[in-house]
Amino acid sequence: MLSFIHGHWSDILSRAIDHAWLAGLPLLLGLAISLPLGWLARRASWLRVILVGGSSLLYTIPSLALFVLMPIVVKTTITDPVNVIIAMTIYTVALLVRTVADALGAVSDETRQAAIAMGYTPIRRFFGVELPLAVPVISAGLRVAAVSNVAIVSVAALLGIRQLGFYLTDGYQLNYWAEVWTGIVACLVLALIFDVLIQAITRVITPWQRAVAS
Amino acid sequence: MIRFEQVVKIYAGGQTAVDDLTFEAPTGQITVLVGPSGCGKTTSLRMINRMIEPTSGHISIDDEDVQSVNAARLRRGIGYVIQNAGLFPNKRVVDNVATVPILLGAPRSQARTRAREVLELVGLPGDFADRWPSQLSGGQQQRVGVARALAADPPVMLMDEPFSAVDPVVREQLQDEFLRLQRELGKTIVFVTHDIDEALKLGDQIAVMRVGGKLAQLADPAYLLAHPIDDFVAGFVGRDRGYRALTFAQTPALPLAAEPTVPLGTTPQEARAATRDGWLLVADHGRPVGWVEPEHITAAIEPAMLHRGGTVARATGPLRAALDAALSSPSRRGVITDDDGILLGTVRAHQVLEAIEATDRPEVDEADIAPAGPTSRADR
Repeated sequence: MLSFIHGHWSDILSRAIDHAWLAGLPLLLGLAISLPLGWLARRASWLRVILVGGSSLLYTIPSLALFVLMPIVVKTTITDPVNVIIAMTIYTVALLVRTVADALGAVSDETRQAAIAMGYTPIRRFFGVELPLAVPVISAGLRVAAVSNVAIVSVAALLGIRQLGFYLTDGYQLNYWAEVWTGIVACLVLALIFDVLIQAITRVITPWQRAVAS
Repeated sequence: MIRFEQVVKIYAGGQTAVDDLTFEAPTGQITVLVGPSGCGKTTSLRMINRMIEPTSGHISIDDEDVQSVNAARLRRGIGYVIQNAGLFPNKRVVDNVATVPILLGAPRSQARTRAREVLELVGLPGDFADRWPSQLSGGQQQRVGVARALAADPPVMLMDEPFSAVDPVVREQLQDEFLRLQRELGKTIVFVTHDIDEALKLGDQIAVMRVGGKLAQLADPAYLLAHPIDDFVAGFVGRDRGYRALTFAQTPALPLAAEPTVPLGTTPQEARAATRDGWLLVADHGRPVGWVEPEHITAAIEPAMLHRGGTVARATGPLRAALDAALSSPSRRGVITDDDGILLGTVRAHQVLEAIEATDRPEVDEADIAPAGPTSRADR
């Protein structure tokens, strides 16, 4: 396996970067979509049923089916990476809407009442108080979505889209196990990098969590 | 002035929280809403800043109907202190306090400067401003809560059981500082509590509410203690009403007897020569510090020998303190001082009681003399 890595180092790295894009960009897009949806889900119980229930259902669509269906819906070619980006965004939304709704729901009622009493408008309250306090829980959901995305993206190798999953399909066909192992380890390392990165960002933007009573 | 006019709040479930509430909270004074849980006091408070909308009736601040003002803008002009402080955990203390000025459009640096000033005012100087709320004690958080409500200098403040979540010693301290602050600032305050002693201590005016959201009695503390309108109010105000009412009665000129004193360091021989009845008052530069029994001392008088049981009353203080000074004194002579703590003389319990008998009690308001039957004024 080491000799395979040594011989294909630049190929592995470029595939890893492609893989990171395909998994990471949908993470950001999915978060951006989930925040307003999660906020809406908190506004009324019927909205919650539709949004949380509906988005969770999306996760049950098989990934290969979604990759194949996407060109029909958005008029792209089958090998266009945009298909993967959109499909992965849908999976991220599926995982995050519930998390965002729950995270916002976990903000203490006292804090929320105080914000209302101070004269916050609903939008400013969301960005100034509720969202910052929801960050730790949302971040936990984001870590799950990140790992899930890295894994699901490798399926796109079946469609010939460049990323780390290629080593799994190619190695399997050639019965070349060093290549398969390389693909697995590379995916693991990538998932780990995402996880550490999300944790680090969370740490930086929630300094009050580290405050110790003095 | 805050005015409630026939305010009714019926919740969606059909439960009446506030029933036909009419009263005024005068400008610059503290009006306390007090009553058992379920009497609608918090609901009433939250209708003032429209966190809850009334089912019918009107609430106005300085003759302006609160319904006619945008809710968020209205709230920025009203200070609000919540139980457990309700600080924003994600904002440093200084930014918590700067919240309302920033919402009102003040530049951040200016709002923070103002926040630091107000923090100093509530007794949290210097580096407290840069801490996170989780790094403060309950009492300190509550002070920050008060500072946050004061930061934009609103004329009106609403306080919902602000001191009930801290221990009794801290509570008393916060109450005293709150009264001192109010003497300086003169805000129009509506204060909600379930604790009648807190109501009597803080209120210029007290509205006692009963379960079902009805106003039972509205009066100043002395009147409430002297003339509770019915069994409910009498029971709620509690025992020892006569004695507690003395808190609100100014001490008249008492017949003070001159009391000989000796300084610290007096020898036993000198002390025995100075005493008249076995007890001798020790004073330090005119300030009474305690009693000694010269018979029982064998060395020069030092602080550790002093009997500390006796309380000291100021001549300008309430009658309750003067009576307590006489009752608690080991020599049965109550120590009375001037406002600077300098000894004026002593007084005996029977003399204080004579003074009490000579003082006027609050006169019964004609309107409070209930007709036959159990109805009270507010129910009619």
